[in-house]
Amino acid sequence: MILDARVPEGPLEQKWSRYKASARLVSPANKRALEVLVIGSGLAGASAAASLAELGYRVTCLCFQDSPRRAHSIAAQGGINAAKNYQNDGDSVERLFRDTIRGGDYRSREANVYRLAELSSNVIDHCVAQGVPFAREYGGLLANRSFGGVQVQRTFYARGQTGQQLLIGSYAALARQVKRGRVRAYPRQEVQDLVVVDGRARGVIARDLVTGELVRHAAHAVVFATGGYGTIYYLSTLALGCNATAIWRAHRRGALLANPSFVQIHPTCIPPQGAHQSKLTLMSESLRNDGRVWVPKRADDGRAPGDIPEDARDYYLERRYPSYGNLAPRDIAARAAKEICDMGHGVGPGGRGVYLDFRDALTRDGRDTICARYGNLFDMYRTITGADPCATPMRIYPAAHFTMGGLWVDYALMTTIPGLFAIGECNFADHGANRLGANSLLQACVDGYFILPYTVGDYLADDRGAGPVSPDDPAFAAAEREVRERLTRILAIRGQVSPRTLHRSLGATLWDACGMVRDAAGLERALAEIGALRASFWGDVRVTGAADELNPELTRATRVADFLELGELMCRDALARRESCGAHYRLEHRTDEGEARRDDGGYSHVSAWEYTDEGPRLHREPLTFERVTPGERSYK
Amino acid sequence: MRFHLKIWRQPKREAEGRIVDYEVDGVSPDMSFLEMLDLLNEQLVARDEPVIAFDHDCREGICGQCGLYIDGVAHGPRPGVTTCQLHMRSFEDGATVYVEPWRARAFPVLKDLVVDRGALDRIIEAGGYVSVNTGTAPEANALPIAHDVAERAFDAAACIGCGACVAACTNASAMLFVAAKVSHLSLLPQGRVEAETRVVDMLAQTDKEGFGGCSNTRACEAVCPKGISMESIARMNWEFVKSRLQRID
Repeated sequence: MILDARVPEGPLEQKWSRYKASARLVSPANKRALEVLVIGSGLAGASAAASLAELGYRVTCLCFQDSPRRAHSIAAQGGINAAKNYQNDGDSVERLFRDTIRGGDYRSREANVYRLAELSSNVIDHCVAQGVPFAREYGGLLANRSFGGVQVQRTFYARGQTGQQLLIGSYAALARQVKRGRVRAYPRQEVQDLVVVDGRARGVIARDLVTGELVRHAAHAVVFATGGYGTIYYLSTLALGCNATAIWRAHRRGALLANPSFVQIHPTCIPPQGAHQSKLTLMSESLRNDGRVWVPKRADDGRAPGDIPEDARDYYLERRYPSYGNLAPRDIAARAAKEICDMGHGVGPGGRGVYLDFRDALTRDGRDTICARYGNLFDMYRTITGADPCATPMRIYPAAHFTMGGLWVDYALMTTIPGLFAIGECNFADHGANRLGANSLLQACVDGYFILPYTVGDYLADDRGAGPVSPDDPAFAAAEREVRERLTRILAIRGQVSPRTLHRSLGATLWDACGMVRDAAGLERALAEIGALRASFWGDVRVTGAADELNPELTRATRVADFLELGELMCRDALARRESCGAHYRLEHRTDEGEARRDDGGYSHVSAWEYTDEGPRLHREPLTFERVTPGERSYK
Repeated sequence: MRFHLKIWRQPKREAEGRIVDYEVDGVSPDMSFLEMLDLLNEQLVARDEPVIAFDHDCREGICGQCGLYIDGVAHGPRPGVTTCQLHMRSFEDGATVYVEPWRARAFPVLKDLVVDRGALDRIIEAGGYVSVNTGTAPEANALPIAHDVAERAFDAAACIGCGACVAACTNASAMLFVAAKVSHLSLLPQGRVEAETRVVDMLAQTDKEGFGGCSNTRACEAVCPKGISMESIARMNWEFVKSRLQRID
C-alpha cells in the first residue's frame, strides 16, 4: 500500500490556499441532500458539526455522554496557542510551526503543522466572537502566558478552564444548529462499528446506552472526533469514558492506525493515593510558569519540604535544562521526574513524587496575584489532597495524558477508508512524537472549524452522484449482526474476572513497558502478558446485567476488549521503532547524556499499521522536511 | 472505613424505585465518593448482582456529568464541589449515608441514580449562544472588553450544567442555570446584540420543560459547585424586565 498524504504542491505558505482554491464545491441546494455523521461532541466534533451545519449539510452528531457539553475537551486547563504576536515578543506563524515541529521531535508532517500554525489566529477571533471569556489585560485586550517548550507568550487562556470555555462555545454553536433543525444530536450513544459500503464509509452501528438498542446511522461521510485513548493505561488524566472503540473498529475495517505508541505522559499530575484510585488529576503545565520543580538532594531525605534548606534542594530541571528550566517540554520533564525518583529522591508515598513549589512566586508577586492566576487549580489540589499549595509545595508525578498516535489521515484529514475523516486527538496528524502544551485545543478547533468544512466538501462533491444512503443496505444488517453477536458472547462468558480488574492489569503492564521508558525485553514481556489478559477476558470475564438495558459493566467490557487489542499494537509499534524520539524513549537508544537519540536515517517516517488476519502489517509514510532541518532537540 | 448505604434502585424509567441497603467495607478516607461506589460495585459483581448505575465521566469536577443527592444535599455535605470531588474523609466512619438521584419532574430517572438532563440542553438550544457562523469573526482585539467585565462574565460562564441547583430547589427551578448563561452572554458585547430575545426565549423553554419558578430561597447557590451567585438571577430578571419594556416601545 502506498500512503499518499496528498499534500498540495508549492511552498508551505501556499499549500492551504492552493488546496482551498482547487477544492471542489457543493452547491447550497445539493448540500441539503447530503448527510454527514459526526462521532464525538468535543471541541473537534462539536465545531465540525456546527460548522458543517452552518454550510447547509444535514448533520448527525453522537456522543456517549449525557450531553454534548460534557466531552473531555472540557477538562483542558491551561490554554490554546495562537501566533497573534500580541506580546510583540517575536512570535509568528513560522515560529509556532517550528516550535511544534521541534516539540514533536521531527516526527510530524510539515504541511499539516504549518497549516495548524497558519489557522491559529482565526480560532482566537472566532472564539472571542462566540463569547468565550478569555483572560484580559486592564486595557481590555487579550492576555497571554507561556507554555512548555516555547520562549514566547502565545497562549490564550480563561483562568484554568480554557477547555471548558472553548467547548461551551462550540457546544453553543452546535445547540444553535440543533434548534434550527440542521443537526440531530444523540447523546448517550456509543459507536460499536463502522459500516463500509463499496469501499466507502457510510455510517456506524451505535448502541443506545440507555435502552441497549442498536441504532443504524447512515451518511455520505463519517467524521470521527472521538478523542484520545490514554484511558488504556487505566490510570490517566482522561475522563473515564474515553475509549478507543470507534477508532479500533475503524482500524479493523481497514483504516490504518499511525504511531499508536506515541503517548504523552504529562509531568504534572497529582500522584496516586492508593489502590482505589480511578483517575489521576492533571495540574496544568501553566503552573510551571511560576512553580519551581525540585527534590531533596539527599536520597530518602525524610524531612518535611519546609525543613529542607535551599542548598539541600535539587532544582533538577533548572540544573539540567538551564535555558528552558521548569518550562522544559512535557516528555523531557516527565522522564526527568521518573529518573530522579528512580534514583531514590522522590517524595511522598512510595517515593513517586516531586515538589512543585510556589514559595518564590508567592514572595515575589504576593498571594493575591498568584491565586488570581491559579486559584481554581490550587482549589482542586486542596480538595483532592487536603494540602494547601500556598503553605506547602505541591507533590506531582507524571501520568498518561495525550495520545499523539491515532488514525492515519492525509492532508484532508481523511483516513485510508474513503469518506471516513478523523479530527482532533483521534488522528495522528500534528504532534509528532510529543505534543506541545496548548496545541491540543488548537488542533481540535482548527480541524473542526477551519479544515473539515473545506475537505468534506471536496470529498462530497465527488461522491454526490452516489444518491441517498440507506441504513437498509445489507452492510448495515451484517455489521449490526456482528455487534449483537459480540455483545451476546461477552455476556455469555459469565466467568470470574471483572472487566475493571482486567483493565487495571492491562494498564499496569502498559505503564511499565510502554510508558515513559521502553526497551525490547520489556515490550516482549508485555506482549505475552497482554495475550494472557486477552485470553482471560474471552474465557473468564464476568459481565453482570443484560444487553437491553443501561448496563455500565457491559459498556466497560466492550471498551476493555478493544483496549486489549490496541495495547498489543502499541507494544508492537514501540518495538518496531528502534530509536528514541519525543515521548518514545527506548533505553537502547539514548545519548551519553541520557537524552533521546533519534535515527533519522532509519526512522524518519510515520508508522502506519494495517489490520490483517495474520497480524498487524507495517506501512511507512516517509517524512520529508523542506523547511526545517531536523536537528538535535536540545532544551539545554 | 465502613459505611451503611441506603441507595435508590430503579431498574428503568417506567419502573418503581425503592431504597436498598448496602454495607461497604475497606473504604479509604482518600477515596472519592464515586470511588467508594466503584468499590461497592466491584463487590456486587463478585456476588453476581447488577451494579448500581450512576453518571460520571471526568472525575475532576468539570464535566458536570456526576451528581448525587447525598444525605439530602445535592453533591453531598462539602460545599463548592461536585460529587466526584467529595472524599470519604468528609464522612464519619460507620455512618449511614442516603444516596438518591436528582429529583425534579424535568429530570426523569433513567436507572438507579442516573437522570435525563436533556431539558438543560434544550434551554441552551433556545438561545444560549451568540449567533456567529464560522469564518465571519472580526479580529479578536478589535473590541476591547474591560478586565472586570470579562472576569464577571467568566464567573457566570463557569457553570458546568450539572443540575444541582434544580435538585436543591424546593420548586425544582432551573433559574440559576438559566441565569448563569444569560449573565455570561449579556455582560459581553458579543452577546449583547441578542440579549433581549435570548432571555425571553430561554425562560419560555424553561417553563415548557416543567421547571418551577424561583422563590429566592438561595438553596441553589448553596450547593452550586462552581459558586454561581444569586446575583446572576437578579441580572437575568433585570434583563427580562428591560426586554419587556423595550418591546412595549
